[in-house]
Amino acid sequence: MLTQSLFYFLSFLAIFSALAVIIAKNPVHSVLYLILTFFAITGHYILLNAQFLAIVNMIVYAGAIMVLFLFVLMLLNLNAETEPQKPAYIKIAGVVSGGLLLLVLVGALKTVDVSGAGGTTATDMGLVENLGMVLFNEFLLPFELASVLLLTAMVGAVLIGRREA
Amino acid sequence: MEKLENISLTGRKKVLEKKPMNFLERIYLPSIVQGLAITFKHLFKKKATIQYPEQRREFSVNFRGIHSLKRDEEGRERCTACGLCALSCPAEAITMIADERKPGEEHLYREEKYAAVYEINMLRCIFCGFCEEACPKQAIYLDGDIAPADVDRKNFIYGKDKLLEPLLK
Amino acid sequence: MDIALLIEKVILISVVLGISLVTAMYTTLAERKIAGFLQDRYGPNRAGPFGILQPLADGVKLFTKEEIIPREANRFLFVLGPSLAMLMACVGTAVIPWGEELEIGGRTVSLQIADVNIGILYIFGVVALGVYGIMIGGWASNNKYSLLSAIRAASQNISYEISLGLSLIALLMVTGTLSLGEIVEQQRGFNWNIWYQPLGFILFLTCSFAETNRNPFDLVECETELVGGYHTEYSSMKLGFFLFAEYINIFVASAVMSTLYFGGYNFPGMDALAQAGVSQNWITLIGVGAMFVKVLLFIFFFIWVRWTVPRFRYDQLMKLGWNIMIPLAIANIVITGVVIWLTGN
Repeated sequence: MLTQSLFYFLSFLAIFSALAVIIAKNPVHSVLYLILTFFAITGHYILLNAQFLAIVNMIVYAGAIMVLFLFVLMLLNLNAETEPQKPAYIKIAGVVSGGLLLLVLVGALKTVDVSGAGGTTATDMGLVENLGMVLFNEFLLPFELASVLLLTAMVGAVLIGRREA
Repeated sequence: MEKLENISLTGRKKVLEKKPMNFLERIYLPSIVQGLAITFKHLFKKKATIQYPEQRREFSVNFRGIHSLKRDEEGRERCTACGLCALSCPAEAITMIADERKPGEEHLYREEKYAAVYEINMLRCIFCGFCEEACPKQAIYLDGDIAPADVDRKNFIYGKDKLLEPLLK
Repeated sequence: MDIALLIEKVILISVVLGISLVTAMYTTLAERKIAGFLQDRYGPNRAGPFGILQPLADGVKLFTKEEIIPREANRFLFVLGPSLAMLMACVGTAVIPWGEELEIGGRTVSLQIADVNIGILYIFGVVALGVYGIMIGGWASNNKYSLLSAIRAASQNISYEISLGLSLIALLMVTGTLSLGEIVEQQRGFNWNIWYQPLGFILFLTCSFAETNRNPFDLVECETELVGGYHTEYSSMKLGFFLFAEYINIFVASAVMSTLYFGGYNFPGMDALAQAGVSQNWITLIGVGAMFVKVLLFIFFFIWVRWTVPRFRYDQLMKLGWNIMIPLAIANIVITGVVIWLTGN
């Protein structure tokens, strides 16, 4: 009962703040709403008993990436008055691409079999030990590939950053 | 000819050689520990503080504090309102109004003329002591305490009520 | 849910919160006292004997001061900033094990509010979020100094979080668990983690100075450059919250360091006491005392360093973080890994 009401509250919070991200005029407010969205998602992870995922979501997204977002936006100091009006074709392109993304998401969700969901299988899947076992046994190759990808991105960033030197 | 940077007229010139820092110096931790040791020693040192209102530092013998208007041996005011103190005052802190001594007031004022009003503005006064030097009657001395603080400018104008030496019983 | 458990936790939470607030309160006094003593002065000693009522006087002063919100400031975020700073400082105490179990009327009471199995990550997350209070407050003030300070806070925290995390990874390789309760359990007696991770401890210590924005890394509120930093525009109790959050952060950082590296509530000779027939409750209480002594020593160390080491320049801070701390932390991980591999456990 408590879990269910928490779920509805968090879902409402997540959807509301996600909408507010794109509706808010001030970019800094957008980022703050995005942080709120991430918190709601963290709450969802905790409800699913995926503590590790929850806390990593909080550290990486809310704690690091969003801080950098906020950092950049504060430096740019954008606000509603200085925001230039976008030409019409960009707006149309935005609507079309957003609509396409929605189509893809709806299509993907239609094929999902909902009956198996609900966390009935392996409720302690999200605990660190089990997650680590799965990551380093079953999914070792994708895991390492992802780390190589991140390393490549990092090297690329360093290279771009040092171009003047 | 000798190079300019090698000439030392006083013979005390030291050429500072900047060596590159060695490993221990570069990691800074030893010097931080050294600094911490120095500050730690100071925890137990004698404190330089004087707990002011309770404890007081002794004044020097030529300390110049608040002025006092003196009386003679019979308790009469010495001041004759000649105005030399006001004249000598570089800060123009002193004003006075002179008055004539009436018959029957001989026990109050030593001279035939006296200061009916004598005011020193302590905000202007620089405690130079020129008034003390100028006075021919030894009527004013800067032998008091430090001028106390106040929140109102008016209270810094000291009249005779504050300046005059109390009568000896 | 068990009602007794609920009551027990509520009491524990209030006690821990109360103790951390009181400790932070007296840390403000200790800071001024120790600063005075290190400079051959007495520090505040007028309010009550030895000035022990000074924090109360400060609190009353802050509460009664005029509250100013700048006209151009973003009102909601301006208030949110200090609240968030205070909240994030306080929630860190939740996973710290303050002592072993107490036996009260046949009931075993754990002196840890929540033994989540990701305790370290929780602390790390709270530290990561702690910067939001400063950032939001600094931005909402609509003041260039506050903004600069907020930006500094962001980049400084992000930079030092990396080496903080990396130094923690080496510790986790030794302990093999993320739960703070278990980590302390492993350090029973004098088997503290500092003996296994000296370099990691120094890195962690340095990073916690940076994360709590304390000297020598207090570039965020560096008054010679930024007036008052992020709290330039703040007054009254909102300023008090910001300042207070810093002291609670010190308390939490000290508690975390004691827990991770100095054995938490463990003290040498606790097994001998148990064998000598001292009851478990007494050992627990002595353990809580030991934990508290360690925390207080760390707080003293924080203050001591502040009044000894001068502030870094900003580029030096960044250089130290990225060019020295991170490589050292990675080297520490490698060394730890090699040693674990060689000793075979």
